[in-house]
Amino acid sequence: MTDKAQTLSTKHLLGIKDLTLGDIELIFETADTFKDVLNRPIKKVPSLRDVTIANIFFENSTRTRLSFELAQKRLSADTINFAASSSSVSKGETLIDTVNNILSMKVDMVVMRHPYAGAGVFLSKHVNAQIVNAGDGAHEHPTQALLDAFSIREKFGEVGGKKIAIIGDVLHSRVALSNILCLKKLGAEVMVCGPSTLIPKYIQTLGVKVEHDLLKALNWCDVANMLRIQLERQDIKYFPSLREYSMMYGLNKKILNSLDKEIIVMHPGPINRGVEITSDVADSKQSIILDQVENGVAVRMAVLYLLASQRN
Amino acid sequence: MQNLTLLDGQKFQITIQRLCHQLIENHDLFDNSVIIGIQPRGIFLAKRIIDELQKKLPKATIINGNLDITFFRDDFRRKDGLVPSPTEIDFFIEGKKVILVDDVLWTGRTIRAAMDALLAFGRPAKVELLTLVDRRYSRHLPIEADYIGIKVDTIDSQKVVVSWKETDKEDKVILLSEK
Repeated sequence: MTDKAQTLSTKHLLGIKDLTLGDIELIFETADTFKDVLNRPIKKVPSLRDVTIANIFFENSTRTRLSFELAQKRLSADTINFAASSSSVSKGETLIDTVNNILSMKVDMVVMRHPYAGAGVFLSKHVNAQIVNAGDGAHEHPTQALLDAFSIREKFGEVGGKKIAIIGDVLHSRVALSNILCLKKLGAEVMVCGPSTLIPKYIQTLGVKVEHDLLKALNWCDVANMLRIQLERQDIKYFPSLREYSMMYGLNKKILNSLDKEIIVMHPGPINRGVEITSDVADSKQSIILDQVENGVAVRMAVLYLLASQRN
Repeated sequence: MQNLTLLDGQKFQITIQRLCHQLIENHDLFDNSVIIGIQPRGIFLAKRIIDELQKKLPKATIINGNLDITFFRDDFRRKDGLVPSPTEIDFFIEGKKVILVDDVLWTGRTIRAAMDALLAFGRPAKVELLTLVDRRYSRHLPIEADYIGIKVDTIDSQKVVVSWKETDKEDKVILLSEK
């Protein structure tokens, strides 16, 4: 038999930073076949039937948690869900204790979202399970970046050479950092755009362009990835008012129509309609926001499948 | 490594022709039958069989597809990662006679997985198996082929490799032995 045997270079998925270009391509190729599985009458395969996965969410989530859970169920894994708000964390239990207690119930893999950057890396050093980072503070959100790049690849055939503008609250966004790293590895050109208070200093060192004028950024790009203003992470005022932000950096149909080309509009969700993006843009033909959500399940299935296949 | 050619040249072509005739004997014009090649190597044999059948039955439309079994294997996590190939089945197999095609039948585990994978597409009236090479007396499961090109006796350490004109320049079956 001449089976193609290939594995990821990492045991955990902590961030895009740790992935090679080969890893990302392997994830995409695997996700293609899972997308095909998801369009069948029976959308389930038995691969992970002997794997138990704990979804541990110390921060709120709709899409990511549901998407991971659905991906796990489509792969026939057993899952347990844990939300910090309804757990013993509020009684003072530490992160390692909480996770080790969960692992003693024979769990193989942990999908974790945590409000602090580096929580996933920390956990991977102290517990004996594979860790998938589902967002750690303002640091990384690797599966979101993978599904964003996968959606761009689906739309254009490839990511390399495409121009992607990431617009909005780059400072507080884990999606932005993971996206920049992922898109750069795939050979795309990346620009960040937003008010100077929301663009981190030295971000140019990642090899991205910086632009403060929305119209210029839109005229430059093939894809605009609009980010939400993360008010819950903003401890000080970064701009005078939401209304003013929306007037300066909000994407509306009028601006979109004034461009001399059709660009693709993306958003990682949750959308604040009327702030960073208006309803008519979010629901327009140019928006692939719901495709992103659909691809999320296939991409997460690929990640879980490839990570699980490394265990013996 | 020692190579022994089991099948090549005219004998190879005659074997393919015989398999086609055996199929026609049981499936007439393929009105209610479909041919499904198992990824990754069975699809070459399936394609060859379909091309030859089409020459013999110019009026028939032979419905065919490819099936990937990666996610249904029983050695997941016991072996390094296996990368899936695409499955292309854009027809209903409910009530159809399905002919599964693979190049080599050895332990039978691939065919077990294929039958499992096939269930996701409906309930076929019948499932048959066609293979070019049957490595007999080496089954791990009670599975046998309905149509067989050649039967060979092998030991576990040997490998049977089927190469195709389209991809490997020559139609040939060889037996590799470690020496």
